[in-house]
Amino acid sequence: MAALLDRRQEFFEGMRLGIGPGAAAFVLALSFGAEAVARDWGFGLPVLFSMFAWSGSAQFALLTSIAGGSAVVAVTSAVLINARYLMMSLALNDSLHGSRLSRALQVQALCDASFVVAHNTKGGYDIVRLVGASIPQWVLWAAGTAVGALTAPSPDLMQRLGLDVAFPAFFLILALDELRRSKRALAAGLLGASVAAALLFVTTPSYALLGAIAAALLGILPEKEAEQA
Amino acid sequence: MRLWLSAAVVTVINWLLKASAPLVIGGRKLPPPVLRLTALTAPVLLAGLIVTELGGEHWQALDWTKLVGVGAAGGLCLAKVPMLLAVAGGIVVTALIRLSLR
Repeated sequence: MAALLDRRQEFFEGMRLGIGPGAAAFVLALSFGAEAVARDWGFGLPVLFSMFAWSGSAQFALLTSIAGGSAVVAVTSAVLINARYLMMSLALNDSLHGSRLSRALQVQALCDASFVVAHNTKGGYDIVRLVGASIPQWVLWAAGTAVGALTAPSPDLMQRLGLDVAFPAFFLILALDELRRSKRALAAGLLGASVAAALLFVTTPSYALLGAIAAALLGILPEKEAEQA
Repeated sequence: MRLWLSAAVVTVINWLLKASAPLVIGGRKLPPPVLRLTALTAPVLLAGLIVTELGGEHWQALDWTKLVGVGAAGGLCLAKVPMLLAVAGGIVVTALIRLSLR
């Protein structure tokens, strides 16, 4: 009974923590919906794409690269952008429960912000919290796409209102907590930021992000060596 | 049809990427070095996201008003202001700066 209450508490805590990134996702989804309609995707496709794929970076990649180009190249770039999910899936694996299929279904709740919210102080991941955090984000992502496709808000208005601050601000606040956990986390974070910063000069943000994740390889080093790095 | 098919392929591959570890590794436990590596994925991902969100493609989206807003949100968080209010504060700061520059 106590375990069930704990899980319920974790679920609601996850939902609470997911509302902020969800609000930021809503703003980004407005842009996706508006841009999709402007590129003749209609209303149904962008909304269904948001509901089922639920991946901003891959969706934007497909939207921008398929117009006038090869569908194979567009799909490949959208898929490569999400290659980080391989690493995140690996990270979550020990925390999943049940059969192979059940574990594969649980991990579908994965998104960047939920992954971070689910990271617990023991170094593992709380899947109940991950699912809780993903629910508001998924709902607001799908709703934002629909509203964006229907109303097509001007990007200039959103910029004037300062709404472009939402995502990096949430990520910074989550990072303040993550980076204070250990010297190793701080070193890896700084290395990841430096790699991303350098790669941004030569490639797109999605690939720079993928490169940054390589900094997690610092974890392979034994504790002492990593802290000296 | 081409658009629908492309979106469907991206969606299915996305599901498979997320499910890759449970499908391939199943319930087997990971060795300690891999566990240490996975524990660092979250901070590294966040650090990369902050940089890429602020810089944009080839650093062309870098905007000092946005930096100030994000910094304000971080400062409010350090001052123990709840997360949503801290972010709202950052948005308001940036909007006010942009308004004053017009």
